[in-house]
Amino acid sequence: MMNDMTPVAVKTTLKDWESDQEVRWCPGCGDYAILKAVQRTLPELGADPAKTVFVSGIGCSSRFPYYMSSYGFHTIHGRAPAFATGIKLANPELDIWLVTGDGDGMSIGGNHTMHFLRRNINSQILLFNNEIYGLTKGQYSPTSREGTPSPTTPLGSVDRPMQPCAFALGAGARFVARGFDTSKNLPEVLKAAHAHQGAAFVEIFQNCIVYNKDRFADFTEKAVADTRQLWLKDGEPMLFNKGTQGLRLNTDHLHLEIVDVVDGDWQAADVLVHDVKNRSVAHMLVELPMADFPVALGVVYDDPKPTYEGAVLAQDEVAREGKQANLAKLFARGQTWTVDAAEDQGPLSNV
Amino acid sequence: MATQVDAGQMDVGSEAGRVTDNTPETVVVRFAGDSGDGMQLTGGQFTLSTALAGNDLATFPDFPSEIRAPQGTLFGVSAFQINFGSTEVSTAGDQPDVLVAMNPAALKVNLADLKPSGLIIADTGEFTKRNLEKAKYEVNPLEDGSLAKWTLLAFDISALTLQAVKPFGLGNKEALRCKNMWTLGLALWMFDRPRQPLIDWLNAKFAKKPILAEANIAALNAGHAYGETAEIGGQVKKLTIEPAPQAPGLYRTITGADAISLGLVAGAQLAELPMFFGGYPITPASAILHNLAKMKEFGVTTFQAEDEIAAIAAAIGASYAGSLGVTSSSGPGIALKGEAMGLAVMAELPLVIINSQRGGPSTGLPTKTEQSDLYQAVYGRNGDTPMPVIAARSPADAFECAIEAVRLAVQFMTPVMLLTDGYIGNAAEPWSVPDPEGFEPFPVSFMSETNNPGGKVLPYKRDEKGVRPWIKPGTPDLMHRIGGIEKAPDTGDLDYSPPVHQLQTDARKAKVDGIAHHVPAQEVSQGTTTGKLALVGWGSTYGAIHQAVRRARAKGLDVSHIHVRHIWPMPANLGDLLKGYDKVIVPEMNTGQFKTVLRDQYLVDAKPLNKVSGQPFTIAELEAAIEAALA
Repeated sequence: MMNDMTPVAVKTTLKDWESDQEVRWCPGCGDYAILKAVQRTLPELGADPAKTVFVSGIGCSSRFPYYMSSYGFHTIHGRAPAFATGIKLANPELDIWLVTGDGDGMSIGGNHTMHFLRRNINSQILLFNNEIYGLTKGQYSPTSREGTPSPTTPLGSVDRPMQPCAFALGAGARFVARGFDTSKNLPEVLKAAHAHQGAAFVEIFQNCIVYNKDRFADFTEKAVADTRQLWLKDGEPMLFNKGTQGLRLNTDHLHLEIVDVVDGDWQAADVLVHDVKNRSVAHMLVELPMADFPVALGVVYDDPKPTYEGAVLAQDEVAREGKQANLAKLFARGQTWTVDAAEDQGPLSNV
Repeated sequence: MATQVDAGQMDVGSEAGRVTDNTPETVVVRFAGDSGDGMQLTGGQFTLSTALAGNDLATFPDFPSEIRAPQGTLFGVSAFQINFGSTEVSTAGDQPDVLVAMNPAALKVNLADLKPSGLIIADTGEFTKRNLEKAKYEVNPLEDGSLAKWTLLAFDISALTLQAVKPFGLGNKEALRCKNMWTLGLALWMFDRPRQPLIDWLNAKFAKKPILAEANIAALNAGHAYGETAEIGGQVKKLTIEPAPQAPGLYRTITGADAISLGLVAGAQLAELPMFFGGYPITPASAILHNLAKMKEFGVTTFQAEDEIAAIAAAIGASYAGSLGVTSSSGPGIALKGEAMGLAVMAELPLVIINSQRGGPSTGLPTKTEQSDLYQAVYGRNGDTPMPVIAARSPADAFECAIEAVRLAVQFMTPVMLLTDGYIGNAAEPWSVPDPEGFEPFPVSFMSETNNPGGKVLPYKRDEKGVRPWIKPGTPDLMHRIGGIEKAPDTGDLDYSPPVHQLQTDARKAKVDGIAHHVPAQEVSQGTTTGKLALVGWGSTYGAIHQAVRRARAKGLDVSHIHVRHIWPMPANLGDLLKGYDKVIVPEMNTGQFKTVLRDQYLVDAKPLNKVSGQPFTIAELEAAIEAALA
């Protein structure tokens, strides 16, 4: 199938992916770091700018396509997944990157995100989560934590936030990963997402320096990285804090818990080995309470299944097999009758 | 129009069985029953046999939005009306000559429409105490003399059907399902139709359950034999409606939904494009998605989206990637698509949007017909968002309109809306099967090399018609970004400075306005190019206006009929044409929307003639309006 074909690698540099447009994000915005990470990653993937399409909705993150020198389509609020679906079905050879945010992808466009993931359309979805509406000036978003004061919630928000990665898994995503804007590991996460055949969902925690400054500093700051970040690697134990702590599965109550690792003997401490195909543990990892646990980062889940466009094309192919596109036959389908010239009593007059 | 049958002729028994001098030119029959009685199927099969007999015809399926409303209720009545004749037929007929009522509710709901002295065929087996109560009859109307002004033919169709299918050992419920075939058998006898095509159809339909095929055929034959033998008691006689004069060639019947599907496929082939159709189930537009899902060999990909917005968004995405994007819905769904249409206008991408109008506002009347989405089509988007709009006037015309919509979309890089309605979508008429060779292709050429050597590609550089190039992603060296934000001319770079927005708004408007010079000039469909009165219609009112004007002109009245296909922009000559008449009346199934557009565009004193009952205009209503205007 076409979507499983490995595209020919093209030699590019970071510069080749920069467009001539002036970047219009606020100075210091986390989006700059993500843009650079993407522009740095694409040459490493051998990606071809002519076959790469960045599709976005509306919001700060959705300005992204303008700054890439590939093809790009800045669409309407929340609907980018639906546009991407049509693009991919029309031309499965295109490499689609969907750029969205917590408002765009989880609120107004939640329905489309859900169905895009459920259908499993081969693409990379980058959800910039800054837990706030930036472009509309600071209203709370569906990922804002309880009590978030904002122009629409002056006394603090009262609704519970949603977890984008849990949502993605619930919708049937076959690839779920997490990173954050300034992380040096982000390119690795992006590469894994790109390697995944299917819809690859990547939540990127992003610092909105104007409306939600340092919201994620409690785990993104260098000083706390060791204790607050758990970088997952397939086949490796879930260790953090320089290998002195890890996560263990409490089999009595079926939840994850933190254990101390003595002298690096993680086996003795029963530390769980990360298996990217384990869906149940993936659910647990993305739902770990941020306050009590390190934040699970990297590839949480990666278990490919056939893509939607592949299945549609295969079905179309079978349906077309041996059939000719004969319009005359199509028009005359069903029961027909012939009026002979001999019986002709002249054409109908309209007047 | 021809003298229609009057029941005086009908209730005189004729031994000959063939009527010559007294045979009417057209007959209107309405089949009415419970929504589960199979009336639409009965009507559809009767239509087919009528077409095969060479009559001209028009149909009007009229059914409730409930799939199977509670049995026997007034709101659960489903009806199918057909007008057929040996002369030209262009409406489903004002008043039925024959009403087939399968239960008391069907009789009650439809009786008022029946022509005085028309024929009622009723199934006494269903006129039980319980059913009479459900239909809110205190006394059985078949017995109290209240139907005296009509001809009544009442017998126990239920019992006769049970008797006919007894040998097949079906359960009571299944056996009674054959009632519609019994009734159809009688109707085929009345109008001298062959049974064989129907027998073939039943055999094919029940190929996996031959017992059901046999039972239905037995019921059909029994109904036919019932007419043939003396059992009817001379109340009704056989009528032979001669074939209507038709140009020689191959014909089939076609509904509007079928015609649009075929027209879209033809349009995509003429444009040499694969088609992508994004849809979401909605009454009465779903049939188009169903049809196209079976036409994959024509390069059609169909996508049932998660909602109306996703359906249009995916279609726009496909257009962006180089396919012909098409989406279809009805009013409520079109409302949801509005924002995305704006993006297609802004990004300047081709797209065809089909609106099968139904009664509104909100959920309104899902299965009934109305023309009340004209404002929505022409004006219903945020911003200055000009978009061409085309309206089909009949099932067969919908085929050509679909091709025209595709042509305008790809030649002008614009979304185009095609208006049809529930009436056109479901109604059937004979269609002269066209020769595909007869259409002029309009192949699309995508840009493959830069239009700005030495500089960056200019995706929004306009040609002399104001049209930008279509550039497929995947094309080497032509990378660019598009979107819904205002953009600089030529480069398409994000730019919403004051002069740029002024310039681009003007350019988008000029492009769409200019289409007026690339569509056929408006013709007068009947009558003269100047005169005392013009009836200016659009869409499915065509048949009724046509016949009303024909009758009025036969009486010597100075009235002409203009029927507008290109609603926006309108043909360049339309304004001058309208100024040639003393009076202009605009009949439409809304509260005066096209009238307002005409007044606005041409300062013409167009008068409204409106109907919003969910039912099409009758010829008589329009005739009366013509006479009043010229009195």
